[in-house]
Amino acid sequence: METLMSLLVGLFFAIGTYLILTKSLLRIILGTSIISHGVHLLILTMGGLKTGGPPLLGLQDLPFTDALPQALILTAIVINFATTALFLVLSYRAYKVLGTDDTDQMRGNHDE
Amino acid sequence: MNNLIILPIIIPLITGMVMVIFRRNIKLHKILSLIALSASGIIAVMLMGENKNTGIQTLHLGGWKPPFGVSMVADMFSSMLLLITSIVAVCCLLYAFRSIGEERESHYFYPLFLFLITGVNGSFITGDLFNLFVCFEVMLISSYVLISLGGTKVQLRESIKYVLTNIISSFLFLVAIAYIYAITGTLNFAHLSVRVAETGQSGLLTIISILLLVIFSLKAALFLFFWLPGSYSAPPAAVAAVFAALLTKVGIYAIFRLFTLVFYHEPKVTHLLIGILGAATMILGAIGAVAHWDIKNILAYNVIIGVGFIIAGLASFSIEGLTGSVYYMIHDIIVKALIFLLGGTIISLTGTGKLKDMSGLIRNHPYLGWMFFIAALSLAGIPPLSGFLGKVFITQGTFEAGYFWLGAIGLLTSLMALYSVIKIFMNCFWGETFLSEEMESGTTKGVMFPIACLSLLTILLGLGAEGISAYTQLAVQTLMNPEIYIQAVFGGETAP
Repeated sequence: METLMSLLVGLFFAIGTYLILTKSLLRIILGTSIISHGVHLLILTMGGLKTGGPPLLGLQDLPFTDALPQALILTAIVINFATTALFLVLSYRAYKVLGTDDTDQMRGNHDE
Repeated sequence: MNNLIILPIIIPLITGMVMVIFRRNIKLHKILSLIALSASGIIAVMLMGENKNTGIQTLHLGGWKPPFGVSMVADMFSSMLLLITSIVAVCCLLYAFRSIGEERESHYFYPLFLFLITGVNGSFITGDLFNLFVCFEVMLISSYVLISLGGTKVQLRESIKYVLTNIISSFLFLVAIAYIYAITGTLNFAHLSVRVAETGQSGLLTIISILLLVIFSLKAALFLFFWLPGSYSAPPAAVAAVFAALLTKVGIYAIFRLFTLVFYHEPKVTHLLIGILGAATMILGAIGAVAHWDIKNILAYNVIIGVGFIIAGLASFSIEGLTGSVYYMIHDIIVKALIFLLGGTIISLTGTGKLKDMSGLIRNHPYLGWMFFIAALSLAGIPPLSGFLGKVFITQGTFEAGYFWLGAIGLLTSLMALYSVIKIFMNCFWGETFLSEEMESGTTKGVMFPIACLSLLTILLGLGAEGISAYTQLAVQTLMNPEIYIQAVFGGETAP
């Protein structure tokens, strides 16, 4: 299971990197979003996939699964929501003002 | 347990939230933000006092013992940085009152400023790696908004680069956290230190430490500074000053924390790499600073030189080197804010950042000119001013550690930094005055007070270096001896 998850994480990273390296801003944002999913899965995998029972006080004779990675991911997802939303708004505004979403054409001199 | 520690996070956060509710009352915003930042400064002073009397202060939130709960730890290094953060933030805020403009003020400038300081303060006092990430994000999201607030073309273009770079480095940070958690099973700094010392720093851990170094280098503009010159010259002067003074320093603080507390077992690999990165940063920064003829770019490249120099002290990894780094970091925070505010004032006076288009400002603005001169000398580390002692200690540390090349590069780039700012001084303040006071596009009225405060502070820090040496010694002592930190966090109990 861990091997499969690692491959999936690698796939997410590959797709995300490819998208970030393209020119269109929207694709770049989608790329960051996909990489973030890869990162979250990586944290989950690294914490150990389901190795025992739920970490509840009533079930004392079972080995417990570590609950911490889920807490970490939850925080990371919330932060990722915020940054992605902000990045989308920012790029929309940049598109409106600069008139392009092509990062190549966004270059300009500092003098304006 | 000491509940004071959480206040530097809580006060700016709650005040910022309250200010969002009263969005139309700008006057209230101004008063509340001043009060909040001063209060967090006072708390930093109290923390410094307690650090001196009773050692490192810790707070385990909710009473959960480490490593299970969230710990806040304030040692002398963090407390000093908290204090300097508040001082610089208040000065930049006073500058912003006069210069930031009504448009930005009504679009939540002051709440965002406070949230930024929340993130900075949080990064300084957090006790585990994941909360460091969270505080970094709080700081970064505020900085994304502050850098693009106003929506001019330059700002939008530069902010997209800045946001993308930082988002990617945040992902790498999470990757590093995942790997560290898989290997050590903990994220608490003190517990990490114990676990890494127990098992020895294997090759795998060294690689992860280098991954963390890359991440913090991106945030601190250590070698990976390609985004910095553009991003720091886009926003208005008050914001750029806060960025230059504080944001890169948070990355440097994280590098210091990790490579003195956790990954100190392989200095021949990690610390040598840090030294090489520092040297490359200094050289490239100095070349950039000398080559440019635009005030904003010259100042941005000076930030990069400062980063390289502080890191050189860590690379030497000796008591002298770290003492120098602590001194120089405090000096650098103050003098970078000062020189960015001065640069912003010059640009608002002349209406341009090009050195060749300005001349002879000193006739109409003698005080501004002399304060710029003081700032320039202080930046280069001329004796009575604050940069001197840090430079001496860092150079001594690098020489004693056998890194002669690093010390030599540090001294050489100091001269180049001095040349680059004196170039501004000569072109801008000397020569024929062709801009009469009526023709100027801005005014120095009201913005001189924060600049004067910071100038005075850089002089006082230089003259009173003896007075703060007791505090820096304590800070360096904890940095050099991880046991003190571990002891304080676990409160004498053995780590599980």
